[in-house]
Amino acid sequence: MSTSTDCLPPFGVVSMTASVPTCGHLGAAALGFRGRIRAVNPIAGSLPPEELERRLVELGFVEGAMVELLHQGLFGGDPIAVRVDGVTIALRRREAAAVLVEAAD
Amino acid sequence: MNEVLPLARELRVALVGRPNCGKTALFNALTGSRQKVANYPGVTVERKEGALATPAGRLLKLLDLPGTYSLRARSPDEVVTRDAVLGRLEGETPPDLFVCVGDATNLRLCLRLVLEIKRTGQPMVFALNMFDIARHRGMVIDVARMEAELGVPVVTSVAVRRGGTAALLDKVDAALAAPRVPHAAEGWSEPDAAGVRRLQKEADRILRASVQHPEAPDTVTARLDKVLLHPVAGLAILLAVLFLMFQAVFTWAAPAMELIKAGFDALGVWVGTLVPAGLLLSFIQNGLIAGVGSVLVFLPQILVLFLFILLLEDFGYMSRAAFLMDKIMGGAGLHGRAFIPLLSSFACAIPGIMSTRVIDSRRDRLATILVAPLMTCSARIPVYTLIIGAFIPDRSVGGVFSLQGLVMFGLYTAGIASALGVSFLLKKFVFQGAPPEPFMLELPDYKRPDARNVLMGLYQRGIIFLKRAGTTILAMMCVIWVLASVPRPPEGATQPAIEYSLAAKIGHALEPIIAPIGFNWQIGVALIPGMAAREVAVASLGTVYAIENADEAPEELGAALAGKWSLATALALLAWYVFAPQCASTLVVVRKETGSLGWMWFLFGYMLALAYAAAFVTYQGAVLLGLG
Repeated sequence: MSTSTDCLPPFGVVSMTASVPTCGHLGAAALGFRGRIRAVNPIAGSLPPEELERRLVELGFVEGAMVELLHQGLFGGDPIAVRVDGVTIALRRREAAAVLVEAAD
Repeated sequence: MNEVLPLARELRVALVGRPNCGKTALFNALTGSRQKVANYPGVTVERKEGALATPAGRLLKLLDLPGTYSLRARSPDEVVTRDAVLGRLEGETPPDLFVCVGDATNLRLCLRLVLEIKRTGQPMVFALNMFDIARHRGMVIDVARMEAELGVPVVTSVAVRRGGTAALLDKVDAALAAPRVPHAAEGWSEPDAAGVRRLQKEADRILRASVQHPEAPDTVTARLDKVLLHPVAGLAILLAVLFLMFQAVFTWAAPAMELIKAGFDALGVWVGTLVPAGLLLSFIQNGLIAGVGSVLVFLPQILVLFLFILLLEDFGYMSRAAFLMDKIMGGAGLHGRAFIPLLSSFACAIPGIMSTRVIDSRRDRLATILVAPLMTCSARIPVYTLIIGAFIPDRSVGGVFSLQGLVMFGLYTAGIASALGVSFLLKKFVFQGAPPEPFMLELPDYKRPDARNVLMGLYQRGIIFLKRAGTTILAMMCVIWVLASVPRPPEGATQPAIEYSLAAKIGHALEPIIAPIGFNWQIGVALIPGMAAREVAVASLGTVYAIENADEAPEELGAALAGKWSLATALALLAWYVFAPQCASTLVVVRKETGSLGWMWFLFGYMLALAYAAAFVTYQGAVLLGLG
């Protein structure tokens, strides 16, 4: 499992049917992506890393949970709405980047 | 220390749970209309308490604690809930029992909260609310298993059905029968990320052990979201909903408003037959009845507006609106979560400003508070409708929309645009360089709005409005009547009595300042008490013109204005009211919520400057166009 983002297409790629990558972070996932959470990492950004991790876990982003990217916003595909084990959570791609996922088939 | 609680003592039970879990519906079902709404001491967090008697004859005081996602308490509301759960809320007797309410259809995150509260060692019962919907969807919940796994009593409840709370009350009776003394929880500390993760994994384990999800999950929410969250269609629908809301405020409320107006007119006439003509009659007719009546007539419009907001909230649409608007609002320097406070501000800026607490970062919260009063609150409706009714012809545009409704929509749009513009400037010049706060929130499943909840909410909003009309506005009316009637005109006076009054002196003194924006002295007089509350200006105009025209046949205020003001003046007053900071209560709440007198004056100053500038440009522009 690589923590780099180079195994996912960049933002704005709408269809993932052509090539489904095996790993990456949720922030770069395309609409319709389905997968499983591998890890939730403290990453630097708008919040102290540990606080971001804690908030994501509080919203149900824990290792092993199934995720599906259901909706995205009009501008830049942001924010996104993600189904996490039966709960729908809205968040921005910037924070979703802390969630490492692997595609399910 | 253990003692058996005697039956006679009034026991305290507190409801705690996540937002949207049906906690308030359960509270309403348990307490009916026996509710008391107040504030917690020192903070503007709503405290709701009700009374009930259990089947075993215990008298309970039921406290509805603010909804919380965890005990980590990131907002003032959540702090109240956390402190209550830990038994250390100042001025509050620690509850004898906590009822943790969970949405049975959506237990995953709620179970973590249950585990968190359980760790504090407080006595608790877990109520699986909306159990009927869960069963209807094919979920199988093994209540006994869940009880064993959680280690706390678990019971099902259906808040919206008669008898749906009987099992819960039995469980509460049983829990209260156990000997136990309320105490402050000890040894609680905020969990770190690893701690939260452990709790969530434990919650997930319990969920898997005790709940079977159906083969074919419910798809109503998913199908609705396909449309309502669609990047393009979703935004179009959001706009359409807002547009419908403003049209409805105008058209649906009209019959009821006519009725109220007729009622006050009849009251005035009836008083005229009882009281001899003179100063007293003038006070009752022009001061009290005309003044208060001209404000009360807007109750139907305010109720229609709140009806929409309550329905959208209950339905689960509000968080979707925040999702759709996040990027657009972000462009203006606002947080997506600011959408809900700003939408509430359409009803009243005060609850709007208070609900900015859902925004975690201080910078984003401050920006939202500073622009919330620009959203068109319901207190502006009286002013807008009066002037639009008097000056904008009542005809339809394209056969569908009323021109008056369109002007109203335009005024709302002006408020929204200015709020976005101001927040953009704030971000650019005042709060530069701060990193944007993350936007994260749950989009709950849609549910059918519960009639009782909506009616209860409407009732509470209506009472607040009536109380305002009965206190602030009534008091201001008395002041304005005195100013407009004292001193009495000298013998052989040739002009209307009001020309000799204090009000006229004040108004004329203001004339040099307000003449460039097209306001006459009567408007100047109305603006002063109007500082207390916007709608007071309408009532004041009502009083001033009623006294001025006392000798003539009473005519409707709108008609009186249409004969006395130019269109340019009317439009300038509308422009003024889009921006003017004329609400003392809002300023007080801003001071309280920002903790700073400086921000309050900043808000007052910039709004006043905008109001003057807008009225000036509008008036001078209209005069140039020949409307003066």
